[in-house]
Amino acid sequence: MIADGVEDEEKWLAAGIAGLQQNAFYMHRALDSNNLRDALKYSAQMLSELRTSRLSPHKYYELYMRAFDELRKLEMFFKEETRRGCSIVDLYELVQHAGNILPRLYLLCTVGSVYIKSKEAPAKDVLKDLVEMCRGIQHPVRGLFLRSYLAQVSRDKLPDIGSEYEGDADTVVDAVEFVLQNFTEMNKLWVRMQHQGPAREKEKREKERSELRDLVGKNLHVLSQIEGIDLDMYKETVLPRVLEQVVNCKDEIAQYYLMDCIIQVFPDEYHLQTLDVLLGAFPQLQPTVDIKTVLSRLMERLSNYAASSADVLPEFLQVEAFSKLNNAIGKVIEAQPDMPILGVITLYSSLLTFTLHVHPDRLDYADQVLGACVKKLSGKEKLEDKKATKQIVALLSAPLDKYNDIVTALKLSNYPRVMEYLDSETNKVMATVIIQSIMKNKTRISTADRVEALFELIKGLIKDLDDAFHDEVDEDDFKEEQNSVARLIQLLHSDDPEEMFKIICTVRKHILGGGPKRLPFTVPPLVFSSLKLVRQLQGQEENPFGEEESTTPKKIFQVLNQTVETLSNIPAPELALQLFLQCAEAANDCDLEPVAYEFFTQAYILYEEEISDSRAQVTAIHLIIGTLQRMHVFGVENRDTLTHKATGYSAKLLKKPDQCRAVYACSHLFWVDDQDNVKDGERVLLCLKRALRIANAAQQMSNAARGSAGSVTLFVEILNK
Amino acid sequence: MNFLIGAFKPACNISITFSDGKSRKQVPMKKENGKTIMVSLFQSKESIAGKVSIEPLQGKKIEHLGVKVELLGQIEMYFDRGNFYDFTSLVRELDVPGDIYERKTYPFEFSTVEMPYETYNGANLRLRYVLKVTVSRNYGGSIVEYQDFIVRNYSPPPSINNSIKMEVGIEDCLHIEFEYNKSKYHLKDVIIGKIYFLLVRIKIKNMDLEIRRRESTGSGANTHVETETLAKFELMDGAPVRDTSIATDIYHFLKDSAHNHVLGIEGESIPIRLFLSPYELTPTYRNINNKFSVKYYLNLVLVDEEDRRYFKQQEIAIYRQQDS
Repeated sequence: MIADGVEDEEKWLAAGIAGLQQNAFYMHRALDSNNLRDALKYSAQMLSELRTSRLSPHKYYELYMRAFDELRKLEMFFKEETRRGCSIVDLYELVQHAGNILPRLYLLCTVGSVYIKSKEAPAKDVLKDLVEMCRGIQHPVRGLFLRSYLAQVSRDKLPDIGSEYEGDADTVVDAVEFVLQNFTEMNKLWVRMQHQGPAREKEKREKERSELRDLVGKNLHVLSQIEGIDLDMYKETVLPRVLEQVVNCKDEIAQYYLMDCIIQVFPDEYHLQTLDVLLGAFPQLQPTVDIKTVLSRLMERLSNYAASSADVLPEFLQVEAFSKLNNAIGKVIEAQPDMPILGVITLYSSLLTFTLHVHPDRLDYADQVLGACVKKLSGKEKLEDKKATKQIVALLSAPLDKYNDIVTALKLSNYPRVMEYLDSETNKVMATVIIQSIMKNKTRISTADRVEALFELIKGLIKDLDDAFHDEVDEDDFKEEQNSVARLIQLLHSDDPEEMFKIICTVRKHILGGGPKRLPFTVPPLVFSSLKLVRQLQGQEENPFGEEESTTPKKIFQVLNQTVETLSNIPAPELALQLFLQCAEAANDCDLEPVAYEFFTQAYILYEEEISDSRAQVTAIHLIIGTLQRMHVFGVENRDTLTHKATGYSAKLLKKPDQCRAVYACSHLFWVDDQDNVKDGERVLLCLKRALRIANAAQQMSNAARGSAGSVTLFVEILNK
Repeated sequence: MNFLIGAFKPACNISITFSDGKSRKQVPMKKENGKTIMVSLFQSKESIAGKVSIEPLQGKKIEHLGVKVELLGQIEMYFDRGNFYDFTSLVRELDVPGDIYERKTYPFEFSTVEMPYETYNGANLRLRYVLKVTVSRNYGGSIVEYQDFIVRNYSPPPSINNSIKMEVGIEDCLHIEFEYNKSKYHLKDVIIGKIYFLLVRIKIKNMDLEIRRRESTGSGANTHVETETLAKFELMDGAPVRDTSIATDIYHFLKDSAHNHVLGIEGESIPIRLFLSPYELTPTYRNINNKFSVKYYLNLVLVDEEDRRYFKQQEIAIYRQQDS
C-alpha cells in the first residue's frame, strides 16, 4: 500500500512536471513573440499544476521550484513589457483576471515585484495588498509555498532603512508590518496542517510539517536582516508580535521551533534587553513543548555573548539576567508539572553554565542554582534515568571546568547534596571527574576542612555507598579509580605540619571505611605522605614554638601503626610488611628506637603468621634484612634479637638456595661499615659458613636429583662476599 | 430573407451611411451567422442622420412606388423567430414614386430619437436597432436594405450605493459573513469585499464567486427564465479551519454585541477583488417594454470535500457608466 502510494506520488509529480513544462514551453513562445495575452494565459495554466493536492510537501517543493524558475523569466518579461510602455498598473490588474486563485496570486506577486521596482506606487501599498490578497489560499501546503514565494520576491524590496524603497510614505515600520503579517499567516497555515487529515497519519504529518518549518522560520530570518529594526522597535513591536503568534498558536511543534528560531536569529544583545518579555512567553507555551532545550540554547548563547567581550558584562548585571532566568526557569517548571526530571536538571545545568560564565565571581548564584536543583530533586528516589544522571554529571562538572579549582566548588554547600541523588555508579564517575580536575590543575588542598569536604564528595570511590553488590564491576576500572584516589591522596599537602597531620587523620578516617578491596590502594599513599611529613618534621629544627604536642613524629607513627595494621587484617600481609618496614626506617631516621622496634615486631609477626607462600617469604626476608641492615637506632640487645630472628627465618626457608642466599645476606647484618659496634667478624664468618654448608647440601641434593652442577653459582656468590 | 435577396442579383445596390460615420465610435456586433462586424454606436436622444444611396445595376432602371427609411427598435423572441416586436418605429419618406436611372442619394435625419433600451443579445431574445430602407415596387417585391446600429445608454453613478452585508450559515456547521462594498456596480467596476469565517465545521475545499445573469422573458404563466454563469472566480483555496470552540465563542460574541461585525477579529477573513471588465456584462434591465428583464447576481459558492455546494445569491445592479 505504502509503496504504491510512493509510486503514485512519483507518477503525479512526473505528470505535474510534464504539464508545467508543456505550458512553460508555450509561455516561452509567447514571451519571445511579446504576446502578453498568451503569456498570461500559459503562465496561468502552468501555475495551475501547483494546485495539486496529491503531492507530499517534499514533492510539491520540487514542482514549486520549477515553477519558480519559470516565474523569474516571466518577471523579466513583465519588466520589459513595462519598459515597452505597458502600464504596470494595468498589468497588475490584468493578472487578477485569472479565474483560479492560485495562479492568479503567483502572477500577482510576480507583477507586484515589478510594480515595487517601478516605484510607481509606494512599496508598502503593494506589499500590503499582496500579503492581504494571499489570504485567499487557505490550503496549508499551497498557502505556505505561495507566501514563501511572496517572501522571496519581496525580500530585496522591503522599505528598510537605507533601502532604495524607503521613502516618505515607506518606512521600516511598513517592512516590519509586512513581514510580520506574512509570518503570522504562514504560521497559522503551518499549524493548521496538524489538524487536517486522519488522526492515524499524525506521525507522517509531523514529519511533513518539519520539512516545511523553514519556510515559516525564514520570515523571522528576514526580520532579523532588516537593518532598520533597532532595539526599541524590536522590543515594542517585533518581539511582542512574534511571541503573541507563537503563544496563541498553541501548537507544540511550532512553539518549539519558533522559540528556538527567535533565539537563534536575533542578536544576543536584543535578547538580553528583552529577557523579561522573552522569558515571559515560556511558561505560556504548551506543556509538552521541549522548553529545556530552547532555554538551554538561550542561556548558552547568552553565555557565549558574555564570554565574547568583557564590555557586555555590565549589561548583564544591569538587566539582572541571572535572577530573571532563574525565575523563568522556576515558572516553567511550575507550569509544566509533567516535565521529566531530566528537563529540570538540564535547565539548571544550563543556568549554572550561564552564571558561571557571566558571574564567575558570584558563587552564591551557583550555589543558589544547585540549591534549587536539590529542592527539585528532593523527595525523589535516586535517579534511575540514565540521561538525567548524565545531565547531573554535566551540571556538577561545570563549576569544576570553570574554576579549575575544586576549592571553589567545595565552597558550594549544595554541591554534595546534589551528588547524593546520583546512583553509586555515576557518583563514582563524578568523583573521578573531580579527582581528574584536581590533578589536571594540580590544585593544592591544604586544609583539613576542605579535605573533609572533598572526601565527602568522592566518597563514592572511597567506600561502598550502598548495600548493592557490584560484582560485575570491571577490575580494571576499579583499579583505575582507586589509583586515582591514591594519586589524590598524594596531592594533599599542607606546609603547616599540624594542618597536614589533621589532613592525614581526616583522610585516614575516610579511607579506613573503604573495605578490603580499597585499602591496598589507599593506605600506601597515605603512609607515604605521612612519612613525608615525618621527614619534614625531622628536617626542621626543634620546633621553636614548643607546642608540638599534637604533631610529633611519635604520634604520627602511632597513627601509622594503626593504619598499617588494618592492612594486615584485610589481609594484605606483604604490603603491610613493606609498609611496616618503611615506617621502621623512618622511625630509625627519627631516632625513635622503641617505635622502630615496634614496627619490626609487627613486621615479624606478619612474617610468621601471615606470609606463608615461600616466594613471598623470600622477598619479605630480603626486605627485612635490607631494612634491618640500615637501622642504626637499635641498641645491641634489640638489634641482636632482631638479627637472630632474621637469621633464623633465613635458615628456615623452604628451598636450599633461598636459604643459602638469605643466610649470606644475613651476614651483612653483623657487619655495618659505618657502625663500630656492629662489626662482629665472628658472626659474619659463622653466617658464611652456615651458608656454605647449606650450599653444599644444596649441591648434593641437586647432584642427586639432576647430576648437574647447578648450584655452583651459590659458591661463587658466597665467595664474592 | 433579406440576405437571400441580397444573394441573388438585386436590381440595385443600396447603401446607408451615417453622416458622422467616420468619427463615430464603432463597436463589434455579433451577427446571426456568427460573424462579428463593426457597427456605429449611438445613445438615446442622439440625432441619427445620414445618407441613403441607391445605385441601379448598369443599364437598368428601377421603377418604384416610393423610397422610405425607417428607424426601428425591435425585440425578437427566439421562440418566435422572425417575428419582431417594434417598440420604436420612425419613418422618413425619401422619394415619391418614380424611376431611378442612376445613382441617387437621399439624406435623412431622425432628430433626438428616444431610444430608451439598449441593444441586447440574450439567450432567448434580442433587442436591436436598425435602419431599414425600403424601395417599394409593384412587381418583383420591394427592395429592402438594413443597417444595424447599436445603442448604449449611460447612467450617472447612483446616489445611494450601499454595501451588501450578509450573515449566512448552517446551524452549528458553518457561519460566514460576507460583505460586498457596493450593491451597484458599473461595467468596468471592481467588486471588493471580504468573507469572514466564524465557524467552519465542514471541510471546505474551495470557494468561488460567480456572476450569474438571469434573463426572464414573457410574463405571468409564460415567464421563461434563463440563467447563465458568466464568471466563475475562485476566491479561496482550502478553508480556514478554526478551532471550533473559539469560533463558537466569537460567534456568540458577535451575536451579543449586536452585530458589531467581525472587524475586531483578526484573521480568518478572505479578500474579494473581482474585476468586472473581462466579462461580457450588460447593465441590469428591468422589465423592458414588458417583454423581458436581465438581472445580475453574485453567487458565493462554497464547495466541500464531497463536492456539496453551499451558496448564497445576492442581486447586484449593473449600470453603464460614461467612460471618462
